[in-house]
Parts: sequence; C-alpha cells; structure tokens
Amino acid sequence: MSLEGLQKTVRSRRGDLHILKGVDFHARSGEVTALLGPNGAGKTTTLTIAQGLDRPDCGTVRLLGEDPWHAGAALRSQVGVMLQDGGLPPSATPARLLRHICSLYREPADMAALTERLGIDEFSGRDIRRLSGGQKQRVALAAALAGRPRVVFLDEPSAGLDPVSRQLVFDLILELKQAGLAVVLTTHLLDDAERLADHVVLLRDGTVERSGSVAELTDRTGPTPVHFSVPQPLGADALAAFPSGLHLVAEGPSAPADCTFRVEGLTSPDAWADLAGWWRDHRIMPTDVRLLHRSLEEVFLEVAP
Amino acid sequence: MSSPVNAPHSTASTAAAVSPQGSPSRLGNASSLARRVMAQGRYESVTAIRNGEQLLISLVLPLMALFAVVWSGLMDSAGVRGVDVAVPGVLALAVLSSAFTGQGIATGFDRRYGVLAYLSTTPLGPAGLILGKACAVLAVLLLQVVVIGGIGLVLGWQPVWAGVPWAVLILTLGAASFTALGLLIAGTARPEATLALTNLLWVLLGAVGGAVFPVPAISWFSGIASFLPSATLGDGLRSAFGTGMPDVGALLVLAGWGILATVGALKWFKWR
Repeated sequence: MSLEGLQKTVRSRRGDLHILKGVDFHARSGEVTALLGPNGAGKTTTLTIAQGLDRPDCGTVRLLGEDPWHAGAALRSQVGVMLQDGGLPPSATPARLLRHICSLYREPADMAALTERLGIDEFSGRDIRRLSGGQKQRVALAAALAGRPRVVFLDEPSAGLDPVSRQLVFDLILELKQAGLAVVLTTHLLDDAERLADHVVLLRDGTVERSGSVAELTDRTGPTPVHFSVPQPLGADALAAFPSGLHLVAEGPSAPADCTFRVEGLTSPDAWADLAGWWRDHRIMPTDVRLLHRSLEEVFLEVAP
Repeated sequence: MSSPVNAPHSTASTAAAVSPQGSPSRLGNASSLARRVMAQGRYESVTAIRNGEQLLISLVLPLMALFAVVWSGLMDSAGVRGVDVAVPGVLALAVLSSAFTGQGIATGFDRRYGVLAYLSTTPLGPAGLILGKACAVLAVLLLQVVVIGGIGLVLGWQPVWAGVPWAVLILTLGAASFTALGLLIAGTARPEATLALTNLLWVLLGAVGGAVFPVPAISWFSGIASFLPSATLGDGLRSAFGTGMPDVGALLVLAGWGILATVGALKWFKWR
C-alpha cells in the first residue's frame, strides 16, 4: 500500500478543517506498519481513505496496485478491515454474522479454527449487544480475517482487551505478518506498537512527523548509555580509576556521592569490556543495570502537542 | 472477561486458516455477485423477520388496520364492498412499513454502528449492499402480500385477477421508491431522527396520505395529496385490483418519486 501527498479538508461550522496536509508512507507485505499520533492527528482519516471509505482532496492511494475508492469486489476481497467502532450489528450473534461474512468469499478462512483460536466459541450464540468490548474486538478481528486477506487494516486492535486476550491478538498479528500479510494498525498503546511494529509512522497535525523502524525512531542504532546502581557510594579510588574514554555521570541529586550512575561513550566491545573490568577490579556489584534507550512513548511525547 | 482459550491452535494451523490461498481469480477471493447479493438479502430478511418491532410494523399493525376497516364497515358504500378497497390500501401500508419505515430505521442504526461502513469494505460493496437490501425488502413484501392477501381473501376480498400483474408491478415500483426514500432519510439524518420521521410519516401517509384510504375529495388537499407517493401507490393498487387496469398516472408519479429519491440518496447518502 502506498499513500502519497494525501490531503483532506472538511468543512465545519467553524470553517475549513485541514485534517490531512500531505501524508506519505508505504506499508509492505510481511510487515506490521503502525500509525501513531495524538488525538486528531489524522490516523483514522488516513486509514479511512486507504480503505476506500473516503476520498482524498489531493494525493494518490494505491492498495495492491489499485485506487481503493474505485475498488471492485476483487480488490475488496483481498483486504480485511477492522473498524475502530467495530461495525458489528448489535442484534446479530457472532456465529450468524461470521457465517454471513464468510459466504461473501469464494474461499473463506477456516472460521472454526479462527473462532476457537480467538476464544469466540464460548459466546458465539450471544447477541453482539450483550458482549464486552474485548469480546466485540475479537469478533471484529475474526470478521476482518474472514476472506483470507492480503492486506489487513486494524484500527485499535487491542482496545478493551484483557492481558490474555491482548497477548492472543498480538500472537495472531505476528503470525499474519509471518504468513506474508501487510498489516496496518493504529493504536494509542505505544507498548503495543513497540512490540508489534516493523515500521512506525508518527502523525501530527495531518502530516508525517517521523517514520521508520522502532530502532530508528528511538535512536537505538547508535551507542546507548547504560544505567547502573550500587549499594554503597563509590570510593574516591574507584572514581579516579574509571576507564578513560568513558564518561561516568552521577544521576542522583547529591553527586558524586550518590549510588546511581549513567555511563556514556560505550561505542565498542572494548569499551564494554573496560566497564566490566572496572566493576571487577574495584569489587563493584552493580544492580539495576539497563540500557537507557528512548522509548517510543518518549518519542511520541516529543511529537504530541 | 473470562479466559479466551483453553487449547489454542498451533501457529501453523491458524496462519493457514486465514492466509491467502492460491492465485486470485478475476473476482479475487469474492464469491459471485449473485451469491453475495442473495446472501445479503437472506441475512437482512431473516434479521427483519426476527426483529419484533419490525414484525409489528410490517405485519401486525397493517393487519390490525385491515380488521378495523373491514369490521367497522368504514369503507362500505353503495355498490362498493369495504374489503375490496381495504385490502389494496393495507398492502400499500405494508409497503410503507417494510420498505420505508423498517428499512429506514434499520439502515439508520446500521449506519450509526458502522455496519454499513464495514460491509462496504467487504466484497459486497455499496452496490451489493443496496441490492441485498432490495432483495430483503422484496422477500418481506412477498410474505406481507401472502399473509395480508390471504387474510383478505378469507374476509371476502374479491380482486380482479386480471389486474394482478399490474399490482405486482406497482408493488415492486412502490417498494423501490419507498426504499430509496427510506435510505435517503437514513443516510442523511441521525438514526433517532430517522426513527421519529419515518414512524410519523408512516402514520400520516398511511392515514391521510392516500395509502389506506383514498384521498378525501377536499379541493386543495386532494390536488396536492394525489401526487404523494403513498396516494399513487394506494390508488394504483386499488385500480389494479378493482378494475384490472393500471392507473398509468399513478405509475408515472410513483416512478418519478423513485427516481428523485434514488438521485438524492446517491448524492447525499453518507455511509458513516
């Protein structure tokens, strides 16, 4: 799927509202592309246009080589959609709805296997209006996969799910990716994006603020500082013998006598060996050792207004 | 929420269950248009028949109107048996019920819940969805004609059988026009407004709009009301069943309403 120069303006009582001001990105087969951004950034509008439910004022959209706005049955049969509000009729049961959706396809998915996997069987005879939010999400996901799609759009797939269901949905998404599907999802949960996405597109105010892999967006490709703590303040001799070329920065408020440190300059395996050797030579037993890379949440907060 | 799975399928089996198979045909993985439309029609008709409120407005209320009119002798007059006027009128009311009010309300709430948007992303598409709804309206209408017509015959209705083909044509045209009008309202107004408006219009058009009762001969009112879709539908059915001849004027006006409503729905209907 490719979107280029997407622009969309809607008219409201307060005047024209420029929702998209030039959105470009690609989503590839065998990858999970996550669309992130603060409320009102244009995520759902972008997805709506990509799904062929709306038309951009300007720009081009190609989904499996075609314009989704003019999609025929052939294209629609290869695209699965899970809408943010579900799109499920409240008076139908999951069993009846999914049976009906499957009847629209020549070779539908093995719905028995899918509903068992998603745990839908236990409530498949209950009216959708009586289901919990998480149960509805699972039915909507099964409906999106009913036609064995090549591209699947998931708008907030983990919203309302309990931890077990969430893990179940994550595993399924990763399997879809491994099976070669292009998965495009939006989420407010940045942990989800960090765990699932191969490619992240950060939208803000109708434009793509940043895009790339999680590692690229969080600067994990370069040297990463290390955090560690010690039970006792470090002695002067230990501090004096700290390896040259590395920088030890006290992180606590009472530096340098504090017990929490950051080490910078770990640019090579030798630098790491020097740090480990310093710990060994001075009988320092570090605790709470961790890489201080930025999280996607920090990147998101930089982008969010 | 309870734990979702006890014995999950293996990775391989679920991936195989949902991943694409073989090379797509001309229709991709979509079944044929006829199968899709019939499937949607079947789904919507069963939904309509199972829905208590829709069944009430589609069958119970028209039947109550039929019994009331026949037993009260409201339409009896010299040389005219009330039941012969009442049954075509109640059939017209039944069309309003299923095609206009029932379909309007169902579509309005489907739009609110995102069902229309979701279904239009499936191989059904917007056109298949509308064709499926039309099939459902015709299926429910067939049921209404069988039940109301059957009960009418039991009550002594004596239609002119030569007019049946014309009646079928008018019923079909009426169903199409009122479905288009229902979709026009459902696709432009909020579902609560659609609910109120289609119910109000059902009562007004049914009672004084020429559907159940012929338009009263009040000079200014009859001039306007004779152009209402309800009046043309009612008059057309009364002419076909009463004389065996079509009311060409009514047919043309009804077709005009259908065209106008369809153009309006195509222009203003919102799927979300």
